Amino acid sequence: MKTSIRNVYLLPYVVWIGIFVVAPILLIVYYSFFDIEGKWTLSNYKMFFTPIYLKMAASSVWYALLVTFFSLLIAYPAAYALTKTKHKQLWLLFLILPTWVNLLLKVYAFLGIFGTYGLANAILAAVGIGPKQILFTDFSFVFVSVYIFIPFMLLPIFNALEELNPSLVDAARDLGASAWTTFRRVVFPLTLDGVKAGCQAVFIPSLSLFMITRLIAGNRVITLGTAIEEHFLVTQNWGMGSTIAVFLIIAMAAVVAVTGNRKRG
Amino acid sequence: MKKLTIFFAAVFGAALLLYYVSLALNRTEGYVGKNTLTVYNWGDYIDPALIKKFEKQTGIKVIYQTFDSNEAMMAKIAQGGATFDVAVPSEYAISKMKEDGLLIPLDHSKLPNLKYINPRFLNLSFDPGNRYSVPYFWGTVGIVYNPGMLGGKKITSWNDLWDPDLRNQILLVDGAREVIGMGLNSLHYSLNDTNKEHLKEAKEKLDRLVPNVKAIVGDEIKMLLANEEAAIGVVWSGDAAEIIAENDKLDYVVPKEGSNLWFDNMVIPKTAKNIEGAHKFINFMLDPKNAAQNAEYVGYSTPNKKALDYMPKEITEDKRFYPDFDSIGNLEVYKNLGKRMLAYYNELFLQFKMHRK
Amino acid sequence: MRSNHKWGKVYLAVVFVILYMPIVYLIYYSFNSGGTMHDFEGVTLDWYKEVLHDTRLWIIVLNTITIALLSSAISTILGVMGALAIYYVKSWRMKQILLMLNNVLIVSPDVIIGASFLILFTMIGIQLGFTSVLLSHIAFSVPIVVLMVLPKLQEMSSTLIDAARDLGANQWDVLTKVVLPYITPGIFAGFFMALTYSLDDFAVTFFVTGNGFSTLSVEIYSRARQGISLSINALSALLFLLTIALVIGYYFISQKSAVSGMGGRRR
Repeated sequence: MKTSIRNVYLLPYVVWIGIFVVAPILLIVYYSFFDIEGKWTLSNYKMFFTPIYLKMAASSVWYALLVTFFSLLIAYPAAYALTKTKHKQLWLLFLILPTWVNLLLKVYAFLGIFGTYGLANAILAAVGIGPKQILFTDFSFVFVSVYIFIPFMLLPIFNALEELNPSLVDAARDLGASAWTTFRRVVFPLTLDGVKAGCQAVFIPSLSLFMITRLIAGNRVITLGTAIEEHFLVTQNWGMGSTIAVFLIIAMAAVVAVTGNRKRG
Repeated sequence: MKKLTIFFAAVFGAALLLYYVSLALNRTEGYVGKNTLTVYNWGDYIDPALIKKFEKQTGIKVIYQTFDSNEAMMAKIAQGGATFDVAVPSEYAISKMKEDGLLIPLDHSKLPNLKYINPRFLNLSFDPGNRYSVPYFWGTVGIVYNPGMLGGKKITSWNDLWDPDLRNQILLVDGAREVIGMGLNSLHYSLNDTNKEHLKEAKEKLDRLVPNVKAIVGDEIKMLLANEEAAIGVVWSGDAAEIIAENDKLDYVVPKEGSNLWFDNMVIPKTAKNIEGAHKFINFMLDPKNAAQNAEYVGYSTPNKKALDYMPKEITEDKRFYPDFDSIGNLEVYKNLGKRMLAYYNELFLQFKMHRK
Repeated sequence: MRSNHKWGKVYLAVVFVILYMPIVYLIYYSFNSGGTMHDFEGVTLDWYKEVLHDTRLWIIVLNTITIALLSSAISTILGVMGALAIYYVKSWRMKQILLMLNNVLIVSPDVIIGASFLILFTMIGIQLGFTSVLLSHIAFSVPIVVLMVLPKLQEMSSTLIDAARDLGANQWDVLTKVVLPYITPGIFAGFFMALTYSLDDFAVTFFVTGNGFSTLSVEIYSRARQGISLSINALSALLFLLTIALVIGYYFISQKSAVSGMGGRRR
């Protein structure tokens, strides 16, 4: 009886995994063994371990870490402040709304804002710092990436905070814990699952960011995603593209394994 | 639970309603039915008024679908599964599509207007005898620059870009053959060079250009140059015309060492269902008056000789976009170098990009 | 404590300003008679007029919204099932395997998803168009729903379910009266994330669409070669204002019905 109910949940999900996850993975692994002329080969894997791709992998991980870190840094306090407002669900929706405007359009707006004669430089000039090169720098790349990913970090954290029992916080305060201690010992640990979900939802896709690496970073930042994009769409070297994808999937598995919960009571 | 049920019921209800409305709209607009023609083209690469005119003349309803790169378009056509009656690939894509058997030969008897095309643009290496393709627009690769930002300095050649005064001033277009080709041209090698020593030499020369390169970008290069984000850009002539239309302080030059000559062409892919209509459409676009109207709307150079008579003199006499071919000796059309060589070009370009970090 | 709240609000306000800055920028330039997204020349409504007369664009907008709503609703249902499945699986290893498979689509770059789906659909023999786009949007939205719902489930103490069962509740009752109400915030979060994914997606849709069917982002991306016209800005502005109106409307209606109808339900 019990197991049959469970199978009801499991079945559609497993069917979905079979068709849309396992089949594509098999396709990718299959393609990764072919070179550009369609001959069976291991050279793509050898290629991946040359300095150029290793460097690219390292810089992808580094930027993904930066993006995740800053997203968390900004989203956590925002989520916290949000739970303290009246009409919090409404404000939450308003935080998500900007993501529904087409990404390319927003990126074009950022090109205008960060440009030499843009808003950001006008403000810098007004406060006396003087114009700076903002576009095509690491700063603008991380800024825009964080901009894109904030809602994905914010939502799970907000939900976790919402579930937090306020009496626990009150109790800690009554026992004389400072605000910081209360946060560190009570609030943060209890919302850790939300933080983990948020980090996964940000770190993993930011490994494979593309478009904005070109538009905002002017190809100064090249991630694995950019390389895959090029191999699939420009070089037409699906084999090499698939090989990089295989490594991305392995990296993702590692992230899940690290952040996964060992045991649930 | 009740809240969830109501919410999901509302969402499904709204979706079905919208689906119904869009079906109804499609029907009143005539997009469903037998007498349609699917044109697969770059976004905004045709005057919409011409589509209207074609529909009125022939009674065929045009479905205009768009792509954003030759490669993505080829992947779609190669897989089949969707109807495309006319497509507009660039010349190197045509040789590839020909090789892969993705094109249907044209019936020249149904294209009487082909005679208006300048013979210089017919019978080119990528499609001898124009069996599969008819030129749509053409152009060159060159340098757009802003004399005001360079203190009046003039740029005439690729080698001018290596000037140490131009630090952080150059935008490059994100294309392996364009950038490597620029390196090759600056060394007076052919754009279609396959000698690996020459290619390495070109790449090393490009590495020395790095301090001058501000960014390697895509289509947004037009906006950035018109905005005076940088003083110099390496671009296709069609883009250059648009940039100059927006900001007339800029100028365009085809470098004297030589450069690339490119074509976008109309073809009938093997996914076509309305081959008769496709020929009608191609012939319609070849009509001099229509070609002139289209060239004025899009701003690229038309290969239609007769169409030039219907266009304003200041466009057709602009030597930057309608050059005398005798004055520029070394304009080359990209050859299909084969997959392996192309992969090598891309590898070098990737190394060049990574080198910048 | 008081002052803390005030700082919280200031901080939120700053976050809001940054999030809305590019959108305000886009809307501002949708009134520009100069035709570009820089150098504001004068105020005009021409772009709005152009949009209102473009039936093809409106069909595309309808397609986009239909796909977004349908795909996120269906993927939310599938995703909740998936989260429950993962939650109920006993072995830790099995759980990890399911989670990893779940996340594959999140990490895979869109181009790969798009290309492999294209091959998949042609292999199965599904005509490219509405169905193929809908199926792929459902496919890539499911994992994010699972990620949003799962933490909620894991927070729920199992004693809650045991207690309900001891009181004689059957499986269905446990699900609808205990589990689902508890994870409702997660479900909504998942739905809205799925909606976001669907509205934003370009690369996957591009590969699997055809036969005259198109979505807004495919249209916008392919217009980039010629420079995006301000009528797209105008369209986005209209849609954005419409969404804001809908969100506010929905919120106050649900607020009201919550007070009158299911007062006890709301936290």
